[in-house]
Amino acid sequence: MPFGRKPKEFPDHLWTKCPSCGEMLFNKQLARNLSVCSKCEHHFRLGARERVEMLVDKGSFAEQDASLSSGDPLGFVDSKPYPERIAAAQLKSGEKDAAIAGSATIGGNPVELVVMDFEFMGGSMGSVVGEKITRAAERALAERRALVVVSASGGARMQEGTLALMQMAKILSALARLDDAGLPYVSIITDPTTGGVLASYASLGDVILAEPGALIRFSGERVTSGTVGEKLPVGFGKSEFLLEKGFLDQIVSRTQLRERVAFFLTAFRAASQDMRWSL
Amino acid sequence: MLDRITGASKATPASNGHLPDDANLITSSQQLASRASAWDAVQAARNIKRPHSLDIITRVFDRFQEIHGDRGFRDDPAIVGGIAELDGRPVVIVGEQKGASTEENIQRNFGMPHPEGYRKAIRLYRLAEKFHLPLITLVDTPGAYPGPEGEERGQAEAIAKAIFTMTRLRTPIVVVILGEGGSGGALALAVGDVVLAMQNAIYSVISPEGSASILWRSPAEAERAAKAARLAGPDLLDLGVVDALIPEPPGGAHADHDATARSIKTALIAQLVRLERVTIDDLLSSRYERFRGYGTLAEEGALVVPPAREPLWRRLRRMAGLG
Repeated sequence: MPFGRKPKEFPDHLWTKCPSCGEMLFNKQLARNLSVCSKCEHHFRLGARERVEMLVDKGSFAEQDASLSSGDPLGFVDSKPYPERIAAAQLKSGEKDAAIAGSATIGGNPVELVVMDFEFMGGSMGSVVGEKITRAAERALAERRALVVVSASGGARMQEGTLALMQMAKILSALARLDDAGLPYVSIITDPTTGGVLASYASLGDVILAEPGALIRFSGERVTSGTVGEKLPVGFGKSEFLLEKGFLDQIVSRTQLRERVAFFLTAFRAASQDMRWSL
Repeated sequence: MLDRITGASKATPASNGHLPDDANLITSSQQLASRASAWDAVQAARNIKRPHSLDIITRVFDRFQEIHGDRGFRDDPAIVGGIAELDGRPVVIVGEQKGASTEENIQRNFGMPHPEGYRKAIRLYRLAEKFHLPLITLVDTPGAYPGPEGEERGQAEAIAKAIFTMTRLRTPIVVVILGEGGSGGALALAVGDVVLAMQNAIYSVISPEGSASILWRSPAEAERAAKAARLAGPDLLDLGVVDALIPEPPGGAHADHDATARSIKTALIAQLVRLERVTIDDLLSSRYERFRGYGTLAEEGALVVPPAREPLWRRLRRMAGLG
């Protein structure tokens, strides 16, 4: 590449360079491979809509609570007012907030599904994300379905202050009811998942699956180094590290995710099917 | 005023013949003559001379016996807990413990618990449930310890499990935000049927320094971040995050530990006397509704203001079957 110019044969709209191995990937082929590098298995981040599509049975997704968007309980202003920040994120993403929810089936198993989108304000969890997951859990309880949540988030949304913090207790209250009712909850953790999302629903699935190489940490880098003043080793807080420490059940490649979720859901539904033991 | 807080009229005899006068609880920010600035509140809440959990425990409760360890890894000195008597009856206490000197703060890790601290807390929560003892928690932490050891041992999972356990714990829970209520590390002790805060306590989703370094890219903007976060007592009342503020003596809680402890004791007894009349199922559904109701949403473009939460006194009154 003389003088740092891109060679003409790799125009941006057709090719993507894998940040992990440097391979030039043909966009169409990358999309067909669910945004996973065919050479090194690097998992690119996925938008919520694409995630739904790859995870549920084709055509089974019926979106719920699509119109929910956030208020501004604190009148929060940093470099710009919070409502402007939301409006900008809505315009950029076409989504109302950092999660979409709906009913679907996965391998024939009926589920309530919530998928977070890191592109929307860092996937931060405020009133809307809290409400969507809570409603999904309540629907799952009423319909006796499983709940599946795909996390991708920097944590609680600072612009909603303690009310964002309260979403953690709100969601976990609903998950406790699911648990009491013997209904499955599968948590899928993707890159990146940190802060209050990890310190609440992402860490409490009956089964917790993560994608390879995902950053999964309680504290953000800046918070840790600001408070503790130490640099962390490379690879610290990635999925592989958490699996080794015992906080994940499996690391699952995106290409096998639907099948794997379906396996667990089917097994947990055994009691309502012909597969049951007489217990 | 007393009637408003306790929900009992003065003619109603208290169940144990001791209905304390807690007329001083602040239940609306309107009751405060002036509001300290957010940054003053942060300073007051962090004052090293402020009474910390053990200062309060020794003054409020009798015969405190500490319970140590998480049965898995070690005893975390940043969380203390045990069994003691409040007004002659046993309760379980869990509190986050800061130090009153640099030396003690190093030993207590500045009140920043490790995962094993939260696991000790969970063990105490379960003990309270098993033996039908009310749970009282004292929140005072800058936040859960964010260092690598915490990550390795599952800081996030420990906090999540603590919150999860509290949401359905089958015993009454009274929370007191004593000083600093720092994010998830505070919430792990703060899911209660009644949530009280000291007048100068703060409670926030992230430390002012943390949010300043993320939103303003400079920890020096902490003062501005504190103001924006609405983390001081009166703000918490306005947001409905706490039910009432416990007044501090003139000059602040650090000026008079004994007087501070007396106010806390009065408030705790009054709340427990109310809560013990409520059936546990009612208590749990009310706890669910309380946390279920948090958030502000705009649906279909129109701003939907969530229905005002039923005031504490009316909720308790209804649950106690007093109409």
